[in-house]
Amino acid sequence: MEIIKPDLGLLIWMLISFGVVLYVLIKFAWRPILAALKYRERSIQKSLEAARQAKEEMAKIEFGNEKITQLAKIERENLLKEAKELKNNIIEEAKETAKNEAKKIIEEARQSVEHEKNLVINEIKNQIATLSVDIAERILKQNLGDESTQKKLIDDLVKEIDLN
Amino acid sequence: MQKLLLYISIALLLFILFQEKVIASPEEPYHKEEHTDHHEEKGFNPGTFIFEHIQDGYGWHVFTYKGHHYSVPLPVILYSRNQGLVTFWSSKLGHGHSYKNFEIAHDGQHKNKIIEVNDQGEFLERPFDISITKNVVAIWFSCALLILIFISVAKTYKRREGLPPKGIQSLLEPLILFIRDDIAKNSIGEHSYEKYTPFLLTIFFFILLNNLLGLVPILPGGANVTGNITVTMALALATFFTTNLTGNKNYWKHIFNSPGVPWWLKLPVPLIPFIELMGVIIKPFVLMIRLFANISAGHIIVLGFFSLIFIFGSMDAKLGYAVSPVSIAFTIFMTMLELLVAFIQAYVFTILSAIYFGMASESDH
Repeated sequence: MEIIKPDLGLLIWMLISFGVVLYVLIKFAWRPILAALKYRERSIQKSLEAARQAKEEMAKIEFGNEKITQLAKIERENLLKEAKELKNNIIEEAKETAKNEAKKIIEEARQSVEHEKNLVINEIKNQIATLSVDIAERILKQNLGDESTQKKLIDDLVKEIDLN
Repeated sequence: MQKLLLYISIALLLFILFQEKVIASPEEPYHKEEHTDHHEEKGFNPGTFIFEHIQDGYGWHVFTYKGHHYSVPLPVILYSRNQGLVTFWSSKLGHGHSYKNFEIAHDGQHKNKIIEVNDQGEFLERPFDISITKNVVAIWFSCALLILIFISVAKTYKRREGLPPKGIQSLLEPLILFIRDDIAKNSIGEHSYEKYTPFLLTIFFFILLNNLLGLVPILPGGANVTGNITVTMALALATFFTTNLTGNKNYWKHIFNSPGVPWWLKLPVPLIPFIELMGVIIKPFVLMIRLFANISAGHIIVLGFFSLIFIFGSMDAKLGYAVSPVSIAFTIFMTMLELLVAFIQAYVFTILSAIYFGMASESDH
């Protein structure tokens, strides 16, 4: 039963030894170790935080870039649209101008044709008058014999008329 | 690390030198025969064999060869009323001899302890005994090892600040973090765990190292330090004083005036305060018994299996040989189990201490 009987001498030595170990380890081992662990954990946490912030910043910048690109795209589209419109306008205008011009030209042409035609008609009228006068004169000049001779005469006269 | 190995080898060398001294001591051969005869008469006694191994001793028994005990002598320091301070080597008391009227009691109240006798061999007194026994040396060895290891680790931490762990540091860091985060922080709480963590780390590594050294069968291991009730008592006392000296107002209020308990359980007869106060004492007492019993039991079982060889061997030599493989297989199995128990008991002692500290430092809620 002596194994469950505490021994005073051993207890004294044990308390002294354990006390010394406790003191030495706390002072020279645990404090620096725990401090170093804490320092490392803090620095890791800080680094993680910094990384997270950097990421956020990056995301922000990227978002900004995207926005700018988008704006540029819109701008470009607008410009293109405007250019197209301008082009269309120009073409339209040109077409309009050309049409008007053509109309004018046609009008002028028609007017000149009308004029020519009037002139020609007048000429023809004059000629017909002259010819009629001429024919009448000739008829009058000739002896109006029989009817067949008369007819033949008219036919000849008509044949003689050159419309040109 | 190399330095550490150097220190260990120097320590071992010193022990071996001491051994040589015993072997070379002139008085030994003279008693050799007498002792051998004594042994053969008695035969093998497993009880004595086992208890000799798990108990503290004045010398450090290394091995027995042909009935001759080879042991490392250790200093005996006594203070008796008659002779004052007396110191001598434990080898002087070997094999039932007395020196300056001091001898090791064979039976009675002070069995296996040094007692002072008069010239007629009658018991005088048990002197005040602060001998450097086997366990004291083992404690010193483990303390030195702890200090060496952890100071070198602390240096590594300082040198490699903010860097990942390396070498022995990376071996111990998971354990340190486990004790800090899973034991201290969980059981004590965020507010005051930092105050207790160094203490918890110290008891954990002290118990663990001594448990493991206790499993090493050769010098400087093999002393049953954490299976010694005096050692576990000292550890439990450390926890007891730490708990009660750091206990806050709330802790004492819970003991003497537990909230939520009907007044009639406290006032005429202080039943609950009495029970609570018993608890204060029982808690460290249980810590003491648990560690002592678990480690001692493991050692007793291992030694018991070994004893089987000699028990059967004393009946018939062949039988002894036949039993030994079984015995060794069981011993290996038990040692594996002990390895596990070494960790578990260190853990249990630490976590229970942490829980008590948690109670002592709990804030009012």
